[in-house]
Amino acid sequence: MSNFLKNIFRFIFFILIQVYVLDKIRLHQMITPYIYFAFILWLPFKINRALLMLIGFILGFTLDSFRHNPGFHTAACVLIAYIRPFLINLMIPQQGIETNYEEPSFKSMGGMVPYMIYAGILMLFHNAWLFFLEAWQFGDTWYFFMKTIGSTAISLLLLFITELLFSRKQKFRTNAM
Amino acid sequence: MRNIFLFIRRYFNLILFFSLQVFSIYLIVNNSEYHHAVFGEFSNRITGKVNTKYNNVIQYFYLQQTNDSLVKANESLYNKLKANYILPDSVSKLVIDSIRIDSVLQYRKYSYLSARVVSNSVTNQSNYIVLARGKSGNLREGMGVVDLNNSVVGIITEVYDDYSVVMSLLHKDSHISGKLLKSGETGTLAWDGKEPNMITLNNISKSAKINKGDSIITSGFSTTFPKGLMIGRVDAIFTEVSNNYYKVKFRTTTNFHNLQYVYILDNADQQAVNGILNKLNNQH
Repeated sequence: MSNFLKNIFRFIFFILIQVYVLDKIRLHQMITPYIYFAFILWLPFKINRALLMLIGFILGFTLDSFRHNPGFHTAACVLIAYIRPFLINLMIPQQGIETNYEEPSFKSMGGMVPYMIYAGILMLFHNAWLFFLEAWQFGDTWYFFMKTIGSTAISLLLLFITELLFSRKQKFRTNAM
Repeated sequence: MRNIFLFIRRYFNLILFFSLQVFSIYLIVNNSEYHHAVFGEFSNRITGKVNTKYNNVIQYFYLQQTNDSLVKANESLYNKLKANYILPDSVSKLVIDSIRIDSVLQYRKYSYLSARVVSNSVTNQSNYIVLARGKSGNLREGMGVVDLNNSVVGIITEVYDDYSVVMSLLHKDSHISGKLLKSGETGTLAWDGKEPNMITLNNISKSAKINKGDSIITSGFSTTFPKGLMIGRVDAIFTEVSNNYYKVKFRTTTNFHNLQYVYILDNADQQAVNGILNKLNNQH
Protein backbone atom coordinates (compact mmCIF):
# COMPACT_ATOMS: atom_id res chain seq x y z
CA MET A 1 0.00 0.00 0.00
CA SER A 2 1.38 3.35 -0.93
CA ASN A 3 2.29 5.78 1.75
CA PHE A 4 -0.24 8.32 0.58
CA LEU A 5 -3.16 5.89 0.66
CA LYS A 6 -2.11 4.58 4.06
CA ASN A 7 -2.12 8.06 5.52
CA ILE A 8 -5.54 8.85 4.09
CA PHE A 9 -6.94 5.75 5.79
CA ARG A 10 -5.24 6.75 9.01
CA PHE A 11 -6.69 10.24 8.78
CA ILE A 12 -10.27 8.97 8.43
CA PHE A 13 -9.74 6.33 11.10
CA PHE A 14 -8.37 8.76 13.66
CA ILE A 15 -11.07 11.35 13.06
CA LEU A 16 -13.85 8.76 13.40
CA ILE A 17 -12.32 7.23 16.53
CA GLN A 18 -11.90 10.65 18.09
CA VAL A 19 -15.38 11.92 17.27
CA TYR A 20 -17.44 8.79 17.84
CA VAL A 21 -15.56 6.92 20.53
CA LEU A 22 -13.31 9.16 22.61
CA ASP A 23 -15.55 12.23 22.61
CA LYS A 24 -18.40 10.10 23.90
CA ILE A 25 -16.39 8.90 26.90
CA ARG A 26 -16.90 11.00 29.99
CA LEU A 27 -14.24 9.99 32.45
CA HIS A 28 -14.14 13.18 34.42
CA GLN A 29 -14.70 16.85 33.69
CA MET A 30 -10.95 17.43 33.90
CA ILE A 31 -10.02 14.76 31.41
CA THR A 32 -10.57 14.74 27.66
CA PRO A 33 -8.80 11.80 26.04
CA TYR A 34 -7.16 12.63 22.71
CA ILE A 35 -5.65 10.23 20.23
CA TYR A 36 -6.31 11.81 16.83
CA PHE A 37 -3.08 13.81 16.74
CA ALA A 38 -1.10 10.55 16.63
CA PHE A 39 -1.76 11.04 12.93
CA ILE A 40 0.71 13.92 12.99
CA LEU A 41 3.15 11.98 15.17
CA TRP A 42 3.13 9.11 12.69
CA LEU A 43 3.74 11.09 9.52
CA PRO A 44 7.00 10.25 7.71
CA PHE A 45 10.32 11.80 8.78
CA LYS A 46 10.97 13.13 5.31
CA ILE A 47 8.05 15.47 4.93
CA ASN A 48 8.16 19.07 3.86
CA ARG A 49 7.67 21.32 6.86
CA ALA A 50 5.16 23.56 5.12
CA LEU A 51 3.20 20.51 4.00
CA LEU A 52 3.28 19.14 7.54
CA MET A 53 1.72 22.34 8.86
CA LEU A 54 -0.94 22.31 6.18
CA ILE A 55 -1.78 18.69 7.02
CA GLY A 56 -2.02 19.65 10.68
CA PHE A 57 -4.32 22.48 9.73
CA ILE A 58 -6.61 20.19 7.75
CA LEU A 59 -6.67 17.59 10.53
CA GLY A 60 -7.63 20.12 13.19
CA PHE A 61 -10.13 21.79 10.91
CA THR A 62 -11.89 18.49 10.20
CA LEU A 63 -12.22 17.70 13.89
CA ASP A 64 -13.47 21.20 14.60
CA SER A 65 -16.13 20.85 11.91
CA PHE A 66 -17.50 17.83 13.71
CA ARG A 67 -17.57 19.74 16.96
CA HIS A 68 -19.05 22.91 15.46
CA ASN A 69 -16.39 24.91 17.18
CA PRO A 70 -13.97 26.16 14.56
CA GLY A 71 -10.41 27.13 15.39
CA PHE A 72 -9.45 25.40 18.63
CA HIS A 73 -8.04 22.09 17.44
CA THR A 74 -6.83 23.76 14.24
CA ALA A 75 -4.56 26.05 16.22
CA ALA A 76 -3.30 23.21 18.44
CA CYS A 77 -2.54 20.92 15.47
CA VAL A 78 -0.69 23.64 13.57
CA LEU A 79 1.40 24.26 16.67
CA ILE A 80 2.50 20.63 17.09
CA ALA A 81 3.10 20.30 13.35
CA TYR A 82 5.42 23.28 13.60
CA ILE A 83 7.29 21.97 16.63
CA ARG A 84 7.61 18.36 15.43
CA PRO A 85 10.67 18.76 13.14
CA PHE A 86 12.65 20.60 15.85
CA LEU A 87 11.81 17.91 18.37
CA ILE A 88 12.77 15.10 16.00
CA ASN A 89 16.11 16.77 15.36
CA LEU A 90 16.73 16.93 19.10
CA MET A 91 15.53 13.43 19.92
CA ILE A 92 17.06 11.39 17.14
CA PRO A 93 19.78 9.13 18.53
CA GLN A 94 22.17 9.17 15.60
CA GLN A 95 22.70 10.90 12.33
CA GLY A 96 20.90 9.54 9.32
CA ILE A 97 18.14 7.65 11.09
CA GLU A 98 15.52 9.45 9.10
CA THR A 99 16.89 7.88 5.94
CA ASN A 100 16.87 4.41 7.50
CA TYR A 101 13.36 4.46 8.85
CA GLU A 102 10.19 5.84 7.43
CA GLU A 103 8.28 7.27 10.37
CA PRO A 104 8.58 7.74 14.14
CA SER A 105 7.94 4.64 16.22
CA PHE A 106 9.43 2.77 19.19
CA LYS A 107 12.05 1.19 16.96
CA SER A 108 13.04 4.12 14.82
CA MET A 109 13.32 6.54 17.73
CA GLY A 110 15.65 4.11 19.53
CA GLY A 111 13.42 2.63 22.18
CA MET A 112 10.22 3.15 24.07
CA VAL A 113 11.39 5.96 26.33
CA PRO A 114 12.55 8.45 23.66
CA TYR A 115 9.42 7.83 21.63
CA MET A 116 7.15 8.41 24.61
CA ILE A 117 9.05 11.59 25.49
CA TYR A 118 8.62 12.75 21.89
CA ALA A 119 4.89 11.99 22.03
CA GLY A 120 4.51 13.40 25.52
CA ILE A 121 6.07 16.76 24.72
CA LEU A 122 3.97 17.24 21.59
CA MET A 123 0.87 16.16 23.50
CA LEU A 124 1.60 18.61 26.28
CA PHE A 125 1.98 21.44 23.76
CA HIS A 126 -1.22 20.41 22.00
CA ASN A 127 -3.29 20.21 25.18
CA ALA A 128 -1.81 23.31 26.76
CA TRP A 129 -2.47 25.47 23.69
CA LEU A 130 -5.94 23.99 23.20
CA PHE A 131 -7.07 24.42 26.79
CA PHE A 132 -5.44 27.82 27.00
CA LEU A 133 -7.52 28.99 24.04
CA GLU A 134 -10.62 27.45 25.58
CA ALA A 135 -9.96 28.77 29.06
CA TRP A 136 -9.04 32.30 28.21
CA GLN A 137 -12.65 33.41 28.50
CA PHE A 138 -12.95 31.80 31.91
CA GLY A 139 -9.58 32.70 33.32
CA ASP A 140 -9.28 29.86 35.79
CA THR A 141 -5.56 29.02 35.91
CA TRP A 142 -5.73 26.11 38.30
CA TYR A 143 -8.43 24.42 36.26
CA PHE A 144 -6.37 24.95 33.11
CA PHE A 145 -3.26 23.31 34.58
CA MET A 146 -5.13 20.36 36.02
CA LYS A 147 -6.98 19.76 32.78
CA THR A 148 -3.79 19.92 30.72
CA ILE A 149 -1.92 17.51 32.95
CA GLY A 150 -4.83 15.09 33.40
CA SER A 151 -5.66 14.95 29.70
CA THR A 152 -2.04 14.55 28.71
CA ALA A 153 -1.55 11.63 31.10
CA ILE A 154 -4.63 9.79 29.84
CA SER A 155 -3.81 10.51 26.19
CA LEU A 156 -0.27 9.24 26.68
CA LEU A 157 -1.58 6.02 28.15
CA LEU A 158 -3.96 5.67 25.21
CA LEU A 159 -1.18 6.23 22.71
CA PHE A 160 0.99 3.65 24.48
CA ILE A 161 -1.77 1.04 24.27
CA THR A 162 -2.39 1.93 20.62
CA GLU A 163 1.30 1.45 19.83
CA LEU A 164 1.32 -1.96 21.50
CA LEU A 165 -1.91 -3.11 19.86
CA PHE A 166 -1.23 -1.88 16.34
CA SER A 167 2.49 -2.35 16.01
CA ARG A 168 3.66 -0.65 12.85
CA LYS A 169 6.28 -2.69 11.07
CA GLN A 170 9.32 -0.54 10.37
CA LYS A 171 11.70 -1.79 7.75
CA PHE A 172 15.32 -0.89 8.16
CA ARG A 173 16.41 0.60 4.88
CA THR A 174 19.97 1.07 3.83
CA ASN A 175 21.60 2.39 0.74
CA ALA A 176 23.10 -1.02 0.03
CA MET A 177 20.01 -2.61 -1.29
CA MET B 1 13.67 43.59 -3.46
CA ARG B 2 15.94 40.58 -3.63
CA ASN B 3 16.46 40.78 0.10
CA ILE B 4 12.74 40.67 0.72
CA PHE B 5 12.42 37.48 -1.31
CA LEU B 6 15.40 36.01 0.47
CA PHE B 7 13.86 36.90 3.80
CA ILE B 8 10.55 35.30 2.86
CA ARG B 9 12.30 32.19 1.65
CA ARG B 10 14.39 31.91 4.75
CA TYR B 11 11.49 32.36 7.17
CA PHE B 12 8.79 30.81 5.04
CA ASN B 13 7.88 28.15 7.62
CA LEU B 14 7.69 30.64 10.45
CA ILE B 15 5.53 32.98 8.40
CA LEU B 16 3.26 30.11 7.40
CA PHE B 17 3.03 28.99 11.01
CA PHE B 18 2.01 32.41 12.25
CA SER B 19 -0.46 33.00 9.47
CA LEU B 20 -2.16 29.64 10.14
CA GLN B 21 -2.29 30.39 13.86
CA VAL B 22 -3.74 33.83 13.26
CA PHE B 23 -6.33 32.33 10.94
CA SER B 24 -7.33 29.74 13.59
CA ILE B 25 -7.69 32.41 16.24
CA TYR B 26 -9.70 34.49 13.81
CA LEU B 27 -12.02 31.48 13.45
CA ILE B 28 -12.39 31.20 17.22
CA VAL B 29 -13.19 34.86 17.66
CA ASN B 30 -15.59 35.21 14.71
CA ASN B 31 -17.19 31.86 15.27
CA SER B 32 -20.71 32.13 13.98
CA GLU B 33 -20.34 34.70 11.20
CA TYR B 34 -17.60 32.74 9.54
CA HIS B 35 -19.56 29.53 9.90
CA HIS B 36 -22.34 30.85 7.76
CA ALA B 37 -20.30 32.72 5.23
CA VAL B 38 -17.60 30.36 4.14
CA PHE B 39 -17.98 26.77 4.99
CA GLY B 40 -21.25 26.34 6.84
CA GLU B 41 -23.35 24.66 4.22
CA PHE B 42 -20.64 22.44 2.78
CA SER B 43 -19.11 21.11 5.97
CA ASN B 44 -22.49 20.79 7.60
CA ARG B 45 -23.75 18.59 4.84
CA ILE B 46 -20.84 16.20 5.30
CA THR B 47 -20.69 16.10 9.09
CA GLY B 48 -24.48 16.00 9.22
CA LYS B 49 -24.58 12.91 7.01
CA VAL B 50 -21.92 11.09 8.99
CA ASN B 51 -23.64 12.04 12.25
CA THR B 52 -26.99 10.75 11.00
CA LYS B 53 -25.42 7.40 10.01
CA TYR B 54 -23.87 7.10 13.45
CA ASN B 55 -27.08 8.11 15.17
CA ASN B 56 -29.11 5.52 13.26
CA VAL B 57 -27.07 2.89 15.07
CA ILE B 58 -26.68 4.50 18.45
CA GLN B 59 -30.32 5.45 18.97
CA TYR B 60 -31.26 1.80 19.56
CA PHE B 61 -29.26 1.85 22.74
CA TYR B 62 -31.32 4.74 24.06
CA LEU B 63 -34.76 3.38 23.20
CA GLN B 64 -35.38 2.43 26.82
CA GLN B 65 -34.65 5.92 28.15
CA THR B 66 -36.59 7.57 25.32
CA ASN B 67 -39.59 5.37 26.08
CA ASP B 68 -39.39 6.12 29.78
CA SER B 69 -39.41 9.84 29.24
CA LEU B 70 -42.21 9.58 26.69
CA VAL B 71 -44.31 7.66 29.21
CA LYS B 72 -43.63 10.38 31.75
CA ALA B 73 -44.59 13.09 29.28
CA ASN B 74 -47.76 11.23 28.37
CA GLU B 75 -48.65 10.83 32.01
CA SER B 76 -48.46 14.55 32.65
CA LEU B 77 -50.47 15.29 29.52
CA TYR B 78 -53.20 12.82 30.49
CA ASN B 79 -53.37 14.45 33.89
CA LYS B 80 -54.20 17.73 32.23
CA LEU B 81 -57.21 16.36 30.36
CA LYS B 82 -60.42 18.09 31.13
CA ALA B 83 -62.21 14.79 31.61
CA ASN B 84 -60.19 14.20 34.77
CA TYR B 85 -61.78 17.09 36.58
CA ILE B 86 -65.24 16.80 38.05
CA LEU B 87 -67.12 19.92 38.91
CA PRO B 88 -68.83 19.63 42.28
CA ASP B 89 -71.70 21.74 41.05
CA SER B 90 -74.22 19.63 39.18
CA VAL B 91 -75.74 22.62 37.44
CA SER B 92 -72.67 23.48 35.43
CA LYS B 93 -71.04 21.11 33.01
CA LEU B 94 -67.89 21.06 30.93
CA VAL B 95 -68.28 22.33 27.40
CA ILE B 96 -65.47 22.62 24.90
CA ASP B 97 -65.74 25.98 23.28
CA SER B 98 -65.77 25.59 19.53
CA ILE B 99 -66.45 29.13 18.37
CA ARG B 100 -63.78 30.03 15.83
CA ILE B 101 -62.94 33.43 17.29
CA ASP B 102 -61.45 32.29 20.54
CA SER B 103 -60.73 28.71 19.66
CA VAL B 104 -57.35 27.27 20.50
CA LEU B 105 -56.22 27.55 16.90
CA GLN B 106 -56.70 31.29 16.67
CA TYR B 107 -54.90 32.21 19.83
CA ARG B 108 -52.27 29.59 19.80
CA LYS B 109 -48.87 31.18 20.32
CA TYR B 110 -46.44 28.30 20.70
CA SER B 111 -46.52 25.09 18.75
CA TYR B 112 -44.22 22.11 19.15
CA LEU B 113 -42.13 20.60 16.36
CA SER B 114 -40.21 17.41 16.97
CA ALA B 115 -36.68 16.69 15.82
CA ARG B 116 -34.06 14.01 16.20
CA VAL B 117 -30.70 14.78 17.76
CA VAL B 118 -27.87 13.55 15.54
CA SER B 119 -24.89 14.97 17.38
CA ASN B 120 -24.47 16.18 20.92
CA SER B 121 -21.57 17.06 23.15
CA VAL B 122 -21.17 17.94 26.81
CA THR B 123 -17.41 17.83 27.31
CA ASN B 124 -16.40 21.02 25.49
CA GLN B 125 -16.44 24.52 26.88
CA SER B 126 -18.98 25.47 24.25
CA ASN B 127 -21.35 22.67 23.36
CA TYR B 128 -23.61 22.40 20.36
CA ILE B 129 -26.39 19.99 19.46
CA VAL B 130 -27.17 19.15 15.84
CA LEU B 131 -30.75 18.36 14.84
CA ALA B 132 -31.85 16.48 11.73
CA ARG B 133 -34.38 19.14 10.78
CA GLY B 134 -33.76 22.48 9.15
CA LYS B 135 -35.17 25.14 6.87
CA SER B 136 -37.19 22.56 4.99
CA GLY B 137 -38.79 21.59 8.33
CA ASN B 138 -39.83 25.19 9.09
CA LEU B 139 -37.11 25.94 11.57
CA ARG B 140 -35.74 29.44 12.07
CA GLU B 141 -32.87 30.91 14.01
CA GLY B 142 -33.75 31.92 17.53
CA MET B 143 -36.31 29.20 18.23
CA GLY B 144 -36.25 27.57 21.66
CA VAL B 145 -35.54 23.87 22.12
CA VAL B 146 -36.91 21.70 24.93
CA ASP B 147 -36.51 18.02 25.74
CA LEU B 148 -39.26 15.40 25.88
CA ASN B 149 -40.28 16.44 29.38
CA ASN B 150 -40.57 20.09 28.43
CA SER B 151 -37.43 21.35 30.12
CA VAL B 152 -35.11 23.78 28.40
CA VAL B 153 -32.26 22.52 26.20
CA GLY B 154 -31.12 25.59 24.26
CA ILE B 155 -31.69 27.94 21.35
CA ILE B 156 -31.24 27.36 17.61
CA THR B 157 -28.34 29.41 16.31
CA GLU B 158 -27.75 28.13 12.78
CA VAL B 159 -30.22 26.70 10.30
CA TYR B 160 -29.27 24.81 7.14
CA ASP B 161 -31.45 23.00 4.61
CA ASP B 162 -31.78 19.73 6.49
CA TYR B 163 -29.85 20.36 9.68
CA SER B 164 -29.79 22.95 12.38
CA VAL B 165 -27.37 23.70 15.17
CA VAL B 166 -28.54 24.37 18.72
CA MET B 167 -26.47 26.26 21.24
CA SER B 168 -27.13 24.22 24.34
CA LEU B 169 -27.40 25.66 27.84
CA LEU B 170 -23.93 24.19 28.34
CA HIS B 171 -22.30 26.97 26.35
CA LYS B 172 -20.32 29.90 27.67
CA ASP B 173 -22.34 32.37 25.58
CA SER B 174 -25.72 30.93 26.52
CA HIS B 175 -27.45 33.52 28.72
CA ILE B 176 -31.19 33.00 28.95
CA SER B 177 -33.12 34.42 31.84
CA GLY B 178 -34.42 32.17 34.58
CA LYS B 179 -36.87 32.71 37.38
CA LEU B 180 -37.35 31.21 40.81
CA LEU B 181 -40.77 29.63 40.89
CA LYS B 182 -41.45 30.39 44.56
CA SER B 183 -40.27 33.96 44.99
CA GLY B 184 -40.47 35.14 41.40
CA GLU B 185 -36.96 36.60 41.34
CA THR B 186 -35.34 36.59 37.92
CA GLY B 187 -31.68 36.22 37.00
CA THR B 188 -29.40 35.29 34.15
CA LEU B 189 -28.11 31.79 33.46
CA ALA B 190 -24.42 31.19 32.86
CA TRP B 191 -22.35 28.06 32.52
CA ASP B 192 -18.85 27.99 33.93
CA GLY B 193 -17.69 25.33 31.48
CA LYS B 194 -16.85 22.68 34.03
CA GLU B 195 -19.51 20.24 35.07
CA PRO B 196 -22.28 19.22 32.65
CA ASN B 197 -25.84 19.54 34.01
CA MET B 198 -24.72 22.17 36.57
CA ILE B 199 -25.45 25.81 35.71
CA THR B 200 -25.35 29.01 37.74
CA LEU B 201 -28.09 31.59 38.05
CA ASN B 202 -26.67 35.06 38.67
CA ASN B 203 -28.14 38.34 39.87
CA ILE B 204 -30.63 36.98 42.41
CA SER B 205 -31.00 39.67 45.05
CA LYS B 206 -30.22 38.75 48.64
CA SER B 207 -33.69 39.62 49.76
CA ALA B 208 -35.05 36.57 47.98
CA LYS B 209 -35.75 33.43 49.95
CA ILE B 210 -34.10 30.45 48.33
CA ASN B 211 -33.96 26.89 49.49
CA LYS B 212 -32.19 23.88 48.11
CA GLY B 213 -34.48 22.05 45.70
CA ASP B 214 -36.45 25.10 44.57
CA SER B 215 -37.55 25.05 40.95
CA ILE B 216 -36.12 27.42 38.36
CA ILE B 217 -38.37 28.16 35.39
CA THR B 218 -38.20 30.27 32.26
CA SER B 219 -39.20 33.87 32.81
CA GLY B 220 -41.11 34.41 29.58
CA PHE B 221 -39.40 37.74 28.99
CA SER B 222 -38.08 36.72 25.58
CA THR B 223 -39.88 35.45 22.53
CA THR B 224 -37.97 32.18 22.66
CA PHE B 225 -39.62 30.34 25.53
CA PRO B 226 -43.07 30.65 27.07
CA LYS B 227 -43.24 31.36 30.78
CA GLY B 228 -42.95 28.48 33.17
CA LEU B 229 -40.87 25.80 31.45
CA MET B 230 -38.65 23.89 33.86
CA ILE B 231 -34.94 24.66 33.75
CA GLY B 232 -33.60 23.10 36.91
CA ARG B 233 -33.56 22.67 40.67
CA VAL B 234 -31.38 24.61 43.10
CA ASP B 235 -28.37 22.66 44.29
CA ALA B 236 -26.23 25.18 46.17
CA ILE B 237 -26.45 28.86 47.09
CA PHE B 238 -23.38 31.11 47.28
CA THR B 239 -23.32 34.55 48.82
CA GLU B 240 -21.19 37.03 46.93
CA VAL B 241 -19.27 39.35 49.20
CA SER B 242 -18.68 42.16 46.74
CA ASN B 243 -22.27 42.82 45.76
CA ASN B 244 -25.84 42.36 46.81
CA TYR B 245 -26.58 39.22 44.85
CA TYR B 246 -26.73 35.50 45.37
CA LYS B 247 -25.08 33.09 43.00
CA VAL B 248 -27.31 30.04 42.71
CA LYS B 249 -25.91 26.80 41.40
CA PHE B 250 -28.55 24.45 40.04
CA ARG B 251 -28.91 21.06 38.41
CA THR B 252 -30.73 21.07 35.08
CA THR B 253 -33.82 18.93 34.71
CA THR B 254 -32.69 18.15 31.19
CA ASN B 255 -30.17 15.36 31.10
CA PHE B 256 -27.75 16.56 28.44
CA HIS B 257 -25.95 13.24 28.35
CA ASN B 258 -28.63 11.26 26.59
CA LEU B 259 -30.68 13.58 24.42
CA GLN B 260 -32.23 11.62 21.55
CA TYR B 261 -35.34 13.59 20.61
CA VAL B 262 -36.24 17.19 21.29
CA TYR B 263 -39.13 19.55 20.64
CA ILE B 264 -38.68 22.93 19.02
CA LEU B 265 -40.95 25.74 20.14
CA ASP B 266 -42.38 27.72 17.26
CA ASN B 267 -43.57 31.09 18.50
CA ALA B 268 -46.01 32.51 15.99
CA ASP B 269 -45.34 36.06 17.17
CA GLN B 270 -41.56 35.81 17.27
CA GLN B 271 -40.80 37.42 13.93
CA ALA B 272 -43.31 40.22 14.45
CA VAL B 273 -42.02 41.05 17.94
CA ASN B 274 -38.38 40.89 16.92
CA GLY B 275 -39.14 43.10 13.93
CA ILE B 276 -40.62 45.75 16.20
CA LEU B 277 -37.67 45.52 18.60
CA ASN B 278 -35.19 45.89 15.75
CA LYS B 279 -37.05 48.91 14.46
CA LEU B 280 -36.94 50.51 17.90
CA ASN B 281 -33.25 49.78 18.25
CA ASN B 282 -32.53 51.34 14.90
CA GLN B 283 -34.42 54.50 15.78
CA HIS B 284 -32.39 55.22 18.88
